[in-house]
Amino acid sequence: MGLATEQIHDLIKEKFGDAVSDDQRDAVDPFIVVKAASIVDVAKFCRDDPSLVFNLLSVVSGVDYPDQNTIEVVYCLDSTTEKHRLIIKVPLPRDNPKIATLENVWRTADWQERETFDLVGVVFEGHHNLARILCAEDWEGHPLRKDYVIPESYRGIKNVVY
Amino acid sequence: MSNIPENLNTDPLIKSNVFVSQVDELINWTRASSVWPLTFGLACCAIEMMATGASKYDIDRFGSGPFRATPRQADLMVVAGTVTHKMAPRVKRLYEQMPEPKYVIAMGGCVIRGGPYVKHGYHVVKGVDLLIPVDVYVPGCPPRPEALLEGLFKVQKLMRREKIVDRSRRTTKPEVYVPEHV
Repeated sequence: MGLATEQIHDLIKEKFGDAVSDDQRDAVDPFIVVKAASIVDVAKFCRDDPSLVFNLLSVVSGVDYPDQNTIEVVYCLDSTTEKHRLIIKVPLPRDNPKIATLENVWRTADWQERETFDLVGVVFEGHHNLARILCAEDWEGHPLRKDYVIPESYRGIKNVVY
Repeated sequence: MSNIPENLNTDPLIKSNVFVSQVDELINWTRASSVWPLTFGLACCAIEMMATGASKYDIDRFGSGPFRATPRQADLMVVAGTVTHKMAPRVKRLYEQMPEPKYVIAMGGCVIRGGPYVKHGYHVVKGVDLLIPVDVYVPGCPPRPEALLEGLFKVQKLMRREKIVDRSRRTTKPEVYVPEHV
C-alpha cells in the first residue's frame, strides 16, 4: 500500500531540512510547503527515490491570495506503483511569481504549467514554450486572479454577461 | 378570357396525367432534399450530431448524409458545441468560405446564449449569433438527435420559401415555432 503520510513527509524533511518550511500532516489533505528555490531538487528526489517513486504529476495549479500578497503553486504527486500521494505547495510573491519549470522532471508539467501561466500568471523559467493554452493568444490579464474583470469585448465580439 | 378549364384541380384525369410545377418549387425541392452539412462539432453537442448521423436516427434518410469536411462544398453549418474566443475567428472564416445559399443551425445551449458558461465564462463567446447570422436555434444540453432533425426540417422549410427572383432570404418575418406534440 505504500508509505504513510508521516513517513513521506519525514523522508523529505530529513533530506532537505530548511527547504521544507511547513508540514501539515493532520489537515484533511496533508501537504508540505517547500521554498521555490529548491523545487527542482525536491521533485527529482520524489521521482527517483526507491521508496517514494512518485512517477505521476497529477496537478500543477495556482491559487491567488491577495490578502497575504502571495500566489501559491500547488503540485499533486502520485505514485502508480506504491499507491501513495503527496501535495507540495510553494508560495510566491504576488507581484513577480516566478519558479523553475518541472517539465524536465515530468513531461505532464508542460501543458499544466502553461495553464497555470494562462490563468494565474505564474512564470515558469526554463519552459520551452510558455504560451497561453485556454484563452486566445492575445488575451490580456489572468482570469483566475481575484481582481480580474471580464473585458467588455474581445476583438469586436461583445462579451455579454447576462 | 383565357380558356383554362375550371376543373383543373379536381378533374381526376387531369390530376393523374398532368404535372404542374413552378421553377421555384422545383429548385427549392432539390435543394432541401440534399442539404449537405459541414462537420463542425466543437464540443459535447458533436456527440449528438454523430448520433444523428449514425444508424438509429439516420440523417441520411433526409438527404443530409454526406457531412463535408470542407466548407466549400457544404450548404449547412451545424455549430455544435461551445465557441471559445480562441475559436471565434476560425468559425467566422469558415462561415465566410461557404458558398451561398448557406444556412446555420445553432445547436445546443452554449451556442445560443452561452449555456452553462453564461455567468462566469470569460473565454466563451456567449452565442454564435454574435459572430455569424443564425437561421435555426435548437435548444438543449445537448439536444436529442430528434431535436436536431427537427431543426433540419425547419431549415428545409426555410429553403422552400426562397425565390430565385428575389435572392434575399428572409422574405417574411421569422416565426417562432412551437412543436405540436407539446
